[in-house]
Amino acid sequence: MSQKQNIQLPEGSLGKQTTTLNLGPTHPATHGVFQNILEMDGERIIDAVPTIGFIHRAFEKIAEHRPYYQITPLTDRLNYCSSPINNMGWHMTVEKLIHAELPKRVEYLRVIIMELSRIADHLVCNSVIGVDTGAFTGFIYVFELRELIYEIFEEVCGSRLTTNIGRIGGFERNFSELAFQKIDHFLSVFPKAMKEFETLFNRNRIFMERTMGVGGIAAERALNYGFTGPNLRATGIDYDIRTAHPYSGYQDFDFSVPVGTTGDVYDRYLVRNAEIWESISIITQAVKKIKDLDPSVFHADIPDFYLPEKADVYSKMEALIYHFKIVMGETAIPAGEVYHSVEGGNGELGFYLISDGGRSPYRLHFRRPCFIYYQAYPEIIKGSMLSDAVVTMSSLNLIAGEIDA
Amino acid sequence: MRPVTHNTKVKVVDAPQGFAGEGFFTTKMSEAVGLARSNSIWPLPFATSCCGIEFMATMAAHYDLARFGAERLSFSPRQCDLIMVMGTISKKMAPVLRQVYLQMAEPRWVMAVGACASSGGVFDTYSVLQGIDQVIPVDVYVPGCPPRPEAIIDGFMRIQDLIRTESIRRRESDKYKELLNSYGIQ
Amino acid sequence: MLTNEIIQQQLTEKFGALVYNFEEPYGMLTFVTDRDNNLKVMNFLKESEGLGFNFLNDLTAVHYPDQIGKELAVVYMLQNIQAGLRIRFKVFTDITNPDVFTATGIFETANWLEREAYDFFGVNFVGHPNLIRIMNVEEMDYHPLRKEYPLEDQTRIDKDDDMFGR
Repeated sequence: MSQKQNIQLPEGSLGKQTTTLNLGPTHPATHGVFQNILEMDGERIIDAVPTIGFIHRAFEKIAEHRPYYQITPLTDRLNYCSSPINNMGWHMTVEKLIHAELPKRVEYLRVIIMELSRIADHLVCNSVIGVDTGAFTGFIYVFELRELIYEIFEEVCGSRLTTNIGRIGGFERNFSELAFQKIDHFLSVFPKAMKEFETLFNRNRIFMERTMGVGGIAAERALNYGFTGPNLRATGIDYDIRTAHPYSGYQDFDFSVPVGTTGDVYDRYLVRNAEIWESISIITQAVKKIKDLDPSVFHADIPDFYLPEKADVYSKMEALIYHFKIVMGETAIPAGEVYHSVEGGNGELGFYLISDGGRSPYRLHFRRPCFIYYQAYPEIIKGSMLSDAVVTMSSLNLIAGEIDA
Repeated sequence: MRPVTHNTKVKVVDAPQGFAGEGFFTTKMSEAVGLARSNSIWPLPFATSCCGIEFMATMAAHYDLARFGAERLSFSPRQCDLIMVMGTISKKMAPVLRQVYLQMAEPRWVMAVGACASSGGVFDTYSVLQGIDQVIPVDVYVPGCPPRPEAIIDGFMRIQDLIRTESIRRRESDKYKELLNSYGIQ
Repeated sequence: MLTNEIIQQQLTEKFGALVYNFEEPYGMLTFVTDRDNNLKVMNFLKESEGLGFNFLNDLTAVHYPDQIGKELAVVYMLQNIQAGLRIRFKVFTDITNPDVFTATGIFETANWLEREAYDFFGVNFVGHPNLIRIMNVEEMDYHPLRKEYPLEDQTRIDKDDDMFGR
């Protein structure tokens, strides 16, 4: 039943000495859909041409046709391994636009959710580096821990992966007692399991020889290419949005920013590992701080943008009017342009919003870190072997949804 | 270290209906073939976006897909039976998907996991294919955004039902040829 | 301490009337400069003593169909990592002749960002090493994010526009 396939070779390809290898959009390692056409001399890579756009979903165009509260599910699907961070970033952008002040408890709850999703993202990346060197066990083991994080998300918002968590001004419902119990259970179980994961990889001779000295980049080149996040910190520059431009109460927390030296795969792995430990410490501090605050507060007092309780909508007149105005888009949204960024799992995730006062944004642009640093990939792998190129790709934590938006 | 627990109550698949005797067992050919095929499917995870991460959770130890016989994931279409399309397929990716489908050998099945693969999902835009059944014939659709691992397993079990009850002459029948022709596949 | 006033003062000293429309929406210094001046401004911000904006944060384009003669705006966002300061400037260009000099020589980041702006809006970056479409299929003949084009694919048959409220 197969048909004859007409394969057209490019011009002059039969005469040249190097091989053209297509590391095609369908990867055997579930990284995502992007293509690399490699020129190889035997096992060494001479040149690489990346192609992206295989999952282009036109988020920026969709955002011009949706009201502000309907853009949150769209931001979920950018870096889908850590969607709560994207959601919170978008909410903070709109809150910056409307000059909203949030109560401390909301900010600390947001910090807990963002750090949990950062742990989830880094767990996937580190275990996938292991898979690409052949060690499947770490991956299976780590996903058991991610199930605990998924249960916490499910308790708060109802969904596991693409969470659509929170609203402009806070959260849609208060965190229940069960959610806090699950967070405590996670904090008690996770450190021991993380230590087991570390003993598997950190001083493992095969892993170290596969990853040390591989895929390195110098700090000035990384800055020139626009690297941010763990990839930049592995080269030695300690730029973290949480300390440079603090948001959502991060200035009240005590944490350090881990930094590497050479920027190779092993450094990136260690930086992400250290960030997971820092996140655990931040979550522990946040849980302690929340105990002293009023437990009934879960959103800001901005009735123009935060949907009122359904019970009030059916009984009180003002709540009904606000509900109508918000859903039909009659609220007075200020016009202006605002840029806000958060420290995503991969670096500086920025939202550039131009509002003309209407129901939908006039222009919304996402500054996506994966898109920006994937350009450096050909320069990083030039001269290395094919297996090193695969490990480098997985250590950069390239998420296709964020590259293509 | 955690204690290792073994599952002592292993469930085995039911034998088909047939006539048994001393040292022999007769049954219909299609039932035997169906039993063998449905419990040893080799899937190809065509994971493009968020549903791919839920698939990774399904393959992992908590929701283990391997207990249904799908232990060996093949990433080469020549060696797989079932292609699970998980995630949004854009118009740039559609020829790639079609090429991968054409490289599969009969008998082959297709499972569309998630809202984007079934119908375009949330993304009703100029660049997204509104469902993969615009380019390849689909057997089972799993709705959800992303579907829970239990839903993916349910879709997988429906595929197993389809495979177990399929006639062994189906791939040569006129109806099947007509279906493929409507997609432009010979 | 580097502040917005110092940067604005140094810019007006160097460029005079070529930089105008200084604003500070939500704390970020924003200004407009002429289309042919963008590389000089970027070089000045990067190389000059005391400014040190050596990080191109973002590069994007915006379409204003109502401003005849200045429909396409290219927005550059630069950052000084050490001081933690951000700055934004725009250049406007005509839609019938959208040529802007490429920033690839100054920042390597600009390569794909400019390809994306070309793909979505049709801004032609003069001197770019490889200005082809990056996100959409190569055969596409229009620039989709301009305001006159619709979001949905008009040839789809399975969705009924009446039911979807379009």
